[in-house]
Amino acid sequence: MEQEKTPHWDRQAWMGVLARAPEDALLALWAQYDARPAFDWLRPPEVGGVMVRGRTGARGAPFNLGEMTVTRCSLVLQDGTVGHAYVQGRSKAKAEAAAAIDALMQTAAAPRVTKSVIEPLAHQRQAARTARAAKAAATKVEFFTMVRGEDQ
Amino acid sequence: MYVAVKGGEKAIENAHAWMAEERRGSPDVEELSLPQIREQLGLAVNRVMAEGSMYDPDLAALAIKQARGDLIEAIFLIRAYRTTLPRFGCSCPVNTADMACDRRISATFKDAPGGQVLGPTFDYTHRLLDFKLAADGDVPLAPEGVPRQEATPHIMQFLKGEDLIQDEPETDAAPGDLTREPMEFPTTRPLRLQSLTRGDEGFVLGMAYSTQRGYARNHAFVGELRIGTVAVEMDIPELGFSIEIGDIELTECETVNQFKGSKTEPPQFTRGYGLVFGQSERKAIAMALVDRALRWKELGEDDQGAPAQDEEFVLSHSDNIQATGFLEHIKLPHYVDFQSELELIRKLRREAQDLAKSKGAAE
Amino acid sequence: MTAGSQFMGGFRDAPIDAAHAFRAAMTVMARPGEIRQLVGATPPTPLSVAAGTLLLTLCDPDTGVHLAGEFDTLQVREWLTFHTGAPIVKAPKADFAIGRWKDLMPLIEFRIGTPEYPDRSATVIVETPGLLPRGALLRGPGIKDTARLSLPDVPALQANARLYPLGCDFFFTCGDTIAALPRSTQIEAET
Repeated sequence: MEQEKTPHWDRQAWMGVLARAPEDALLALWAQYDARPAFDWLRPPEVGGVMVRGRTGARGAPFNLGEMTVTRCSLVLQDGTVGHAYVQGRSKAKAEAAAAIDALMQTAAAPRVTKSVIEPLAHQRQAARTARAAKAAATKVEFFTMVRGEDQ
Repeated sequence: MYVAVKGGEKAIENAHAWMAEERRGSPDVEELSLPQIREQLGLAVNRVMAEGSMYDPDLAALAIKQARGDLIEAIFLIRAYRTTLPRFGCSCPVNTADMACDRRISATFKDAPGGQVLGPTFDYTHRLLDFKLAADGDVPLAPEGVPRQEATPHIMQFLKGEDLIQDEPETDAAPGDLTREPMEFPTTRPLRLQSLTRGDEGFVLGMAYSTQRGYARNHAFVGELRIGTVAVEMDIPELGFSIEIGDIELTECETVNQFKGSKTEPPQFTRGYGLVFGQSERKAIAMALVDRALRWKELGEDDQGAPAQDEEFVLSHSDNIQATGFLEHIKLPHYVDFQSELELIRKLRREAQDLAKSKGAAE
Repeated sequence: MTAGSQFMGGFRDAPIDAAHAFRAAMTVMARPGEIRQLVGATPPTPLSVAAGTLLLTLCDPDTGVHLAGEFDTLQVREWLTFHTGAPIVKAPKADFAIGRWKDLMPLIEFRIGTPEYPDRSATVIVETPGLLPRGALLRGPGIKDTARLSLPDVPALQANARLYPLGCDFFFTCGDTIAALPRSTQIEAET
């Protein structure tokens, strides 16, 4: 029962994993995937900016914080499946891989792509986050209450 | 007389060539790589991203290298690059309550849930030069603890329960963008925060310090300071839903300010807010103090005539690219302007001398 | 219309195609009455090639577009959204409007700018059944002596010109051709 072992990923989740993956990690996994599909461009990779917003006092009215670089592209597989990518940074190769993977994830190839690309990327990210959180935890202050003379 | 002059192309070309050579420095020393700048001069990279108003550590590293370490020049390069990019849209407001915190401290509550997490800080160092760094050496790995799984709640919300702090009502009004529309005064708090977060760190620090020294003192405590990573989410129209398009590092500072009440507001604590790209702690705290000082009108406080209360003064002078552009342009040729000044002074001199002469003759 | 076809018909090489299109749009606006070819996009019906190319060139997420009458279709909306990110808005909020003349009426709905910012006004793209150098007589900046252009409604456009320096600016499109009428042009009906 191959499919039971592959948890379901929705599109929002896999696109988020692809967007945030480091370029070299994504391209290395994609290079090992042996059934990379042929496709036509709907929108070739394009580097642009997205204005990042915060909120006043963390919860109030939105304000503009500054932009971040994002690369996007869209492509269509031979069977008509459309793949989109919006990825952090300026790598066109990363955007192309992400869009092709997004398209494949909507086809019968999804379980294989999940196993060979999406899950390893998600694990790498989780491991990196956990490592930082562990270092942060080691810098958490443990307070000791000192017994003062006048209280005795 | 007006004399048009032309020339200097060769001199400019040669000056640029020499500048490139000086940038490289001695060829006997190994060249700096961008990953070295990004990884080892991270706080300079953060400042360039914050004031360049563009989150991209590799680009900021390139700008620092190209600018020979002159951070304002590097910020200028980033600002110029930024204008060449098409804008795909705006993100949903980032949710800093979900931040994966590297650092999180409070000066007001010792036992806040999540605790006091110091993170990679310069605080508590002795500020003694460490000559071990002059030689290269391996750094031992930092110790690890038990990683926190859940999100770290904002400390300020604990004051809100008692109604002791001014409310921050959530809205979804689209904020103005000073990179698209010129700022008009009086302006709004969202525009002030955009201006402050990209403002010069030194200028914002100086303004904040002035409030601490008594020019519109606002009795600030750091309610919470957190540094860490948040996800940036954006609605993608062609998908019909939002996706996370990246992770960015932010520094957030919320101040709690004593407030005796005014004609319109009861005594309570008020807030100042700072949010800055990267690990930029000094800037975030300074931003929060200046934000609070600029809120005097909304809170019904008195105008004390302090510089930090004057939004036109603060916001018109906080941008180091505007400032340096206007400042440095006066070194460029003003031959014709100066020629007319010279003529004017000579004329005034002549008139004064003639007047003195005629007075002398009359006496 | 097959699934995903809203993603087709964009520029092949966006920077180059948009630069050529922008040059043509700028030229016709600078020389009222001059008719030029404008190609590059393959928009969904009922958009003409010229109007579709113009929209791809001028619109972005910061410009609200009003789709008037039969131009407000799901296909046009999806195509415009994918290729430009422009929000679809009602006439009073529009930076750009596209439609047939009768569907764009009344003109008074559109923004005409303010004395401080006359540029905060709508640019109206009118799809016309024919575009010919005949009809109303045009005079003003960018016109050597006089020019002629087939205009849909001379009195309404004269009223707009009287608002100068406020008012709307117009593009007229037909197939792959385009002409323009800025607010600064004086119009005289054909006699």
